[in-house]
Amino acid sequence: MKILVTVKEVAAVDDEFEIDGLAIDDRYVTADLNEWDEYAVEAAVQIKEAHDDVEVVTATIGPSETDETIRQALAKGADRAIRVWDDALDDAGLLDPETKAQVLAAVAAEEDPDLVLTGVQSADDGFGATGVTLADKLDMEWGAVVNDLDLDLEAGVASVHRELEGGVEELTDIEIPAVLTIQTGINDPRYASLRGIRQAQSKELAEYSLADIGLDAAGIESPLEQTSLYEPETEGEATVFEGSPEETATELAELLAEKGVTS
Amino acid sequence: MSVLAIAEHRRGELRPVSLEQLAAGRDLADELGGELHTAVIGGDVEAFGAELNREGVDTVHTVDIGEEFNHDVYTQVVTQLATELDPTVLLMPNSVNGLDYAPAVANRLDRPLVTDVVDIDAEDGLTATRELYGSKAETTIDVHADQAAVTIRPAEWPTIEADGDAAIEAFDATIDESAVRSTVKGFEEVGGGDIDITDADVLVSVGRGIEEEENLDIIHDLAEALDATVSGSRPLIDNGWLAKDRQVGQSGKVVTPDVYIAIGISGAVQHVAGMKGSDTIVAINTDPNAPIFDIADYGIQDDLFEVVPALIEQFQ
Repeated sequence: MKILVTVKEVAAVDDEFEIDGLAIDDRYVTADLNEWDEYAVEAAVQIKEAHDDVEVVTATIGPSETDETIRQALAKGADRAIRVWDDALDDAGLLDPETKAQVLAAVAAEEDPDLVLTGVQSADDGFGATGVTLADKLDMEWGAVVNDLDLDLEAGVASVHRELEGGVEELTDIEIPAVLTIQTGINDPRYASLRGIRQAQSKELAEYSLADIGLDAAGIESPLEQTSLYEPETEGEATVFEGSPEETATELAELLAEKGVTS
Repeated sequence: MSVLAIAEHRRGELRPVSLEQLAAGRDLADELGGELHTAVIGGDVEAFGAELNREGVDTVHTVDIGEEFNHDVYTQVVTQLATELDPTVLLMPNSVNGLDYAPAVANRLDRPLVTDVVDIDAEDGLTATRELYGSKAETTIDVHADQAAVTIRPAEWPTIEADGDAAIEAFDATIDESAVRSTVKGFEEVGGGDIDITDADVLVSVGRGIEEEENLDIIHDLAEALDATVSGSRPLIDNGWLAKDRQVGQSGKVVTPDVYIAIGISGAVQHVAGMKGSDTIVAINTDPNAPIFDIADYGIQDDLFEVVPALIEQFQ
């Protein structure tokens, strides 16, 4: 059995930052493995540990700078990695879910996985749509926002919980092969061990251009164009208590007493 | 040049975003000079259809198929409806279920998809506003296409309350059963403890800023000193530091206490959705730009590890 996990490097922005044109100034940005994808990698590695003959392959769209992030996933137990990058992707600007899914579908067509796991969304652009778009392109079944997963490989069914709003979960059986988008909290992602980190350095990380996976660079054109980036206006009218922690705590205690909050 | 908004319901009730979409959709339809259509799929479509007949809606389409949401069915029905009505903008909710079918529909219709929009206008082509980096920045996006699919963030538009005089029409969809490859088996309430945080008058709510599980002791001490109940934001529940039924937010509980004290909570939109109805909101956070201060009534912009012990002392 083969599991393909999509892994994205995301930009984490400091509390204080400056905007430079259409991007956050590099000085305030740290690259990191997308939090949701960490849970997807862990889910895949747990399946591998529970069954015989499972291979976990990661797929990433990104330039060579993302290799370090990809190695994090390899260090946590993925077997090998694929990274796709191309000048055409670099030039496309804002990559919409369809464009990303098109590239990942071409990778999946080569790999022919039995299961594809993606994070529910990415922490930076947060479209939350690539996984389901990918499923539809692959003509696979899917499940979005999965926070519990029980695989019955013999029956070919993934029994999942989907986390709906308001503290309600939907219990659904999904035919596999399928794409599942994984929600945080489904498991407890492991830290990479020193051994894992060492091993990750020697694991295969294949680099492909669009042509390598059978895509025409001319077909890569995002219909979405980012035209501005700005800090949202603060609507807050909070009364902010000033002073030392003791002073602010005293003011807050008085307020709470006024509101009738006392032990 | 029309707009089609797909309603959402669960366990017999229309969800509020269904009516918010009508406000967003009416504005768009006005800008486009066209009609606003809405559709409801499954459940008691007659009752839902009547409920969706609000001011500004031209036609309500009812699709009497199944009881609850199934993404395979929704994908097929919405694709057929949109193919027949050919709307300029297809609106769907940016909900868990919306994100479970909207991308597939957009793919089948070969339309660009813009998700989680907080503002949108169609005056000079379609322009959507979205948030990035967990609401730290906002961006505008021009959609270079004649037709698009859009999911709108819940609670960003008002609900349309006034009754309308829409035509109500039944739509016959053809379902390819062989393409229905998922089966909804039921629902489960998230449990874990014996406290109902929605009953609490005072909530001491804690977020990622608490850093370590051991540090939760001061939060419990504060809650005890205030005779309050402890709740938390998603990361704490994901870490297993608090029971699942203590989660405040979109995927947790919606709470409306008299006083909500948010400690080390940045105020991501998913969290705010669950607590913005609280009477008095107090925020304690080191980051003065944290979005929680946008909705707080009172704030302390300082280290929680200094403020909380000082506050406990005040009540002892």
